[in-house]
Amino acid sequence: MARIIVVTSGKGGVGKTTTSAAFSMGLAQQGHRTAVIDFDVGLRNLDLIMGCERRVVYDFVNVINDEASINQALIKDKRCENLFILPASQTRDKDALSKEGVGRVLEELSKQFEYIVCDSPAGIERGATLAMYYADDAIVVTNPEVSSVRDSDRMLGILASKSRRAETNQEPIKEYLLLTRYAPKRVKLGEMLSVKDVQEILSLHLLGVIPESPAVLTASNSGQPVILDEKSDAGLAYRDVVRRYLGEEVSYRFVEEEKKGLLGRLFRGG
Amino acid sequence: MGLLDFFLGQKSSTASIAKERLQILVSHERAERNRPPKPDWLPKLQKELLDVVRRYVAVEQDAITVRMEQDENRDILELNIVLPDPAKNPPAPEPAPLRAQKTSRPRQKR
Repeated sequence: MARIIVVTSGKGGVGKTTTSAAFSMGLAQQGHRTAVIDFDVGLRNLDLIMGCERRVVYDFVNVINDEASINQALIKDKRCENLFILPASQTRDKDALSKEGVGRVLEELSKQFEYIVCDSPAGIERGATLAMYYADDAIVVTNPEVSSVRDSDRMLGILASKSRRAETNQEPIKEYLLLTRYAPKRVKLGEMLSVKDVQEILSLHLLGVIPESPAVLTASNSGQPVILDEKSDAGLAYRDVVRRYLGEEVSYRFVEEEKKGLLGRLFRGG
Repeated sequence: MGLLDFFLGQKSSTASIAKERLQILVSHERAERNRPPKPDWLPKLQKELLDVVRRYVAVEQDAITVRMEQDENRDILELNIVLPDPAKNPPAPEPAPLRAQKTSRPRQKR
């Protein structure tokens, strides 16, 4: 039986797809058979971030409508043999996803995968609520910024009340906080909410902190999940996130401002 | 850096303003979410009460508010009837405005 993980946030542009791509790649690199599904029907983008946009033949909606089999629609990643991508459809039909159809596909995938990562669209519309409905775990991606924190809290409310686990009185979805686009320097200057602040407000288990990093854009430019960039801070931070999710004790990096030597301090001034 | 901290140290930072605003907002919104839904008979009760009161006093449509509240061990039904100003109207049975009954009952297990 697979573990179903939803990557959600409410607010757009905080890093859900970047996280879904990096996290699923990380799980697969650790030897786990992983599928990642794009729930953003109408505005698919995960294929682009994963670099497989030209290999899309069938999509999620085709599978739901029985126009293709699950194995016809899954795209096997060329960098990691354990990773498969199920792209979203470009249809403009808002009702293309049904609760029953999504449930059927997830059940089918559960037979052959260990982890299923659901990349949720922004907002609280159908795609977003269905992405989280069947989840076992939720990664709540949050920026240290007021509107993102507030939206994350709203998502927590929905996770707690409108999921399969909630409706069938099972153990609730495990919720994890992933703080992205974090700038320790600005935190130190009092210009940005700190990890501790956000944790205090949302009272969630911290899965990781991804620093604001130019590597995220360069990774998406070339269709490489940022976790593959082993020289980048963001890539390393995602690596830690995956290990932590899998139960390893990993200390938090990139939370404090980088220590500069005496020379660095002298030349920075002010 | 140290010097800068010294000068900025006492000033309240925008991050702490953000934190404070969020704490208030989030606790408010969480309380709102956790509030049980209003019973569906409330609007009907309000309407029927209005009909009864109107048999005796000419009150406005919005003169009655009915609210359900809960504290730890009971449900409170609060009924507020604003009677018209006696100066403008023929004498009413009670001086206005009148704050009417408050009834409470032990909470039923649901």
